[in-house]
Amino acid sequence: MQDIAEQVLALASRSATWAEVYAAREEETPVSFKANRLHSIETREARGLALRVVVEGRIGFASSSQLDEPELLVRDALATARFGPASALAYPTQQVQDPGLGLYDQRIADLSADTMVQIGQQMIDRVRAHGEDILCDADVRKSTGTVLLLNSSGGQGTYCQTVVWLGLNANRVRGTDILDIWEEDASCHLAAIDAEGVVRTVLEKLDLAEEIAPIRTASLPVIFTPKGVYMTLLAPLQAALNGKLVLQGASPLAGRLGERVFDPGFSVFDDGRVPGQPTSAPMDGEGVPTRRTALVQEGSVSAFYYDLQTAGLAGTESTGNGQRGLTSLPSPATHALRIVPGTASYEAMLSDISEGLLVDQTMGAWAGNVLGGQFSGNVHLGFRIEKGRLVGRVKDTMVAGNVFEALAHLAGIGDRAHWVGGRAEIPYLYIPSLAVSAR
Amino acid sequence: MALEGKHGMRDLLQDALRGHRADYVEIRIEEAETTAIRFRGRELEEVGRSRSLGGNVRALVRGGWGFASFNDVRDLRRYVEMAVHQARLVPREPVTLAPAPVVEDVVRASARKDVRGISVDDKVALLKEYNELLWASAPLQTTAARYNDLFRRSIFANSEGTYTEQEVLDLSAVLVAVARKDSEVEQAFLSVGSQGDLSVLDGRQAEVEAVARRAVELLSASRIKGGSYTVIVDPRLAGVFVHEAFGHLSEADHVYENPRLRELMVLGRRFGGPPLNIVDGAAVPGHRGSYAYDSEGMPAQRTYLIREGVLVGRLHSRETAGRMGEPPSANARSISYRFPPIVRMTNTYIEPGDTTFEQMLASIDDGVYVKDSFGGQTSMEMFTFSAAEAFRIRRGRLEEPLRGVNLSGNVFQTLANIEAIGNDLQWSEGGGCGKGEQAPLPVAMGSPHLLIRDVVIGGG
Repeated sequence: MQDIAEQVLALASRSATWAEVYAAREEETPVSFKANRLHSIETREARGLALRVVVEGRIGFASSSQLDEPELLVRDALATARFGPASALAYPTQQVQDPGLGLYDQRIADLSADTMVQIGQQMIDRVRAHGEDILCDADVRKSTGTVLLLNSSGGQGTYCQTVVWLGLNANRVRGTDILDIWEEDASCHLAAIDAEGVVRTVLEKLDLAEEIAPIRTASLPVIFTPKGVYMTLLAPLQAALNGKLVLQGASPLAGRLGERVFDPGFSVFDDGRVPGQPTSAPMDGEGVPTRRTALVQEGSVSAFYYDLQTAGLAGTESTGNGQRGLTSLPSPATHALRIVPGTASYEAMLSDISEGLLVDQTMGAWAGNVLGGQFSGNVHLGFRIEKGRLVGRVKDTMVAGNVFEALAHLAGIGDRAHWVGGRAEIPYLYIPSLAVSAR
Repeated sequence: MALEGKHGMRDLLQDALRGHRADYVEIRIEEAETTAIRFRGRELEEVGRSRSLGGNVRALVRGGWGFASFNDVRDLRRYVEMAVHQARLVPREPVTLAPAPVVEDVVRASARKDVRGISVDDKVALLKEYNELLWASAPLQTTAARYNDLFRRSIFANSEGTYTEQEVLDLSAVLVAVARKDSEVEQAFLSVGSQGDLSVLDGRQAEVEAVARRAVELLSASRIKGGSYTVIVDPRLAGVFVHEAFGHLSEADHVYENPRLRELMVLGRRFGGPPLNIVDGAAVPGHRGSYAYDSEGMPAQRTYLIREGVLVGRLHSRETAGRMGEPPSANARSISYRFPPIVRMTNTYIEPGDTTFEQMLASIDDGVYVKDSFGGQTSMEMFTFSAAEAFRIRRGRLEEPLRGVNLSGNVFQTLANIEAIGNDLQWSEGGGCGKGEQAPLPVAMGSPHLLIRDVVIGGG
């Protein structure tokens, strides 16, 4: 890959003011179980080259999975530069070294399909022992990837990453009532994967979901689990802190840097350097070293996240958030959002509520006006709280609100943060009043 | 393209299919070219071209599947061995795939105003013109305009002797207007698509102006109290409803694996009143979900899912049809060579009834008119989707505009609660469908206006 990347860079540099080659290769093995049984084993190899050029101040872009046609790739990129956007890029010049993030585990690379099958089957057997009428889907997936970046201003970097990911879904159908509970875990290290924890959580929730409890349409106190926060509240927050949306004024947080918008106990970081996390990398997709960026500190907006082009247009610096796939230009995206834990124990939050709702899974909350901070989702898995206790699962229920209003006054922030699927680290959040609608 | 005129490809595929020790093997080689253009605000943000060449092998051994996808298409035999090896590790009860005709065919794609014949700068200019029209139509905070087109050539061969070459053209575009007042942000959009025919973007000026105005008007729209309402659903949102709420439930891979769901979705069960007819089919021509052959080489069909209110069919791959002993429906689709085919929708629609919109409106004393959707999601019985635009109905008249209207419900109850079906079938071709990792898959959705009782709206 290095050879062809260098060849493309040399060829492009003949006609372009600046050129950047991003090359990636990945091999992925998904093992999937459906309805309690092994369903398929796959191998997916993928590779490709993406070329970004600046010609007469304009950006061109092309990508290809074909490694034997460097001329075609260069020609495509140069051709699009004729109509491309004006460049505001600060050209990276750094050779990025891996600061010891521990992203590669030979045990994952060596993991056999047989072992992956065993891991999945053991999870399913544990859940099945709990009830004959439960159907489990499970995924055990590993990937090994290499990323290489070279540009004509001397910037470069490369890293390898292994990821193992587990997902478990328990389904129970009774009459027209369908219950789905899912949990997941991911890591760059095999030893850090907690299959047992995934199973335990699913079993606990299956027990809790036995009883169905009514809920009324009202403004009620609501506790979101870390997964509930991730599925319901995180996307609007992520969008509002995106430097590109801020630059366009499309974020409700635009122009409010330094302003206290959230609860004084609420702080959020984006962190591209958590050791062993699948979201971590020494550099972003354009060769800028990743970092830990405080986005919200004690309720005040302290930074937005940027890629190079957006930062250039906004007159600031990239925060190392230029994320990309192979087939498009980099764009600002978070690595892992980490909401800082507070002081409330889960038990204390629960016991504070005489009538309310615990939300663990929502559906479609992302589908509304995310930019405006609105969320309105079906409570896919949620429990009625009565006198400080969970008394049963609610059905035909929606929660709705505005993220900025909901997070402005929190009645509690959990004292522990939990990783959700290896993508974000979040504590329980207790919102004193939210619109709950029931049939 | 590299595959063009490579007559040797057929020999390579057929060589690789020899002596494999599996019950069934198929090989697909695909080559694709895409163009992407994005404006954000007034500025052009991205113009890019991508090419890909890759393939996959799928093998069936005693009921278990193995699958390998790759970019290096020279060493097909190696990937056949890999897929067969994996299939052997998957113990399932044997299956007889639903029979498929042995086909040899070449399908060329064509479009009236074919995206392949239009230069990138003309496409950029067209998108820019609409983006500028958004800006000229209302005081906006920002806009976004996105355009994607795709040309793909797929070569497919299986161990039963089928060999097809099929071309696919696809185009999708979306224009978004964002309005802001202080810390409130609202958006409105127009989404269109076609099978590579750029004329789908001709003459959209009035709609684009309306999108810009709507974003601004939403800032002063009222919010509705959450609760249960009688709603009129416009054809675009009704299309999302039939797709999300019912279409996914008709996918036989879900149904087959889940015995309780199989009882719920038993053929012959009544789901709605006699006027309710729901159809899916790639053989319905001219939409984004139309094709000649699915990803298993099955000739496209048109399948009634609900006829006169009764469940009469479902969406199948060859495997699910074989396992369930039902007729195949040619709904096995993969989004690209990287993934195996799974059961997907194509063009899904509710057939028109005989009620006019005016009649529906006049029959409602207190309700909500919901239009178009930002998106939707389903988890078996439960569905949810957001309205892009909504109005309060009082005493048979459309009154104040609403915002933040998100609908949710149970599909079994909601289908039964359809009180009237409009006479005005309209298709939506924008967006795409997601299932598992495979998104967005080109699909089309169609419906007339629907009048539905007792829909839960989450207020905001």
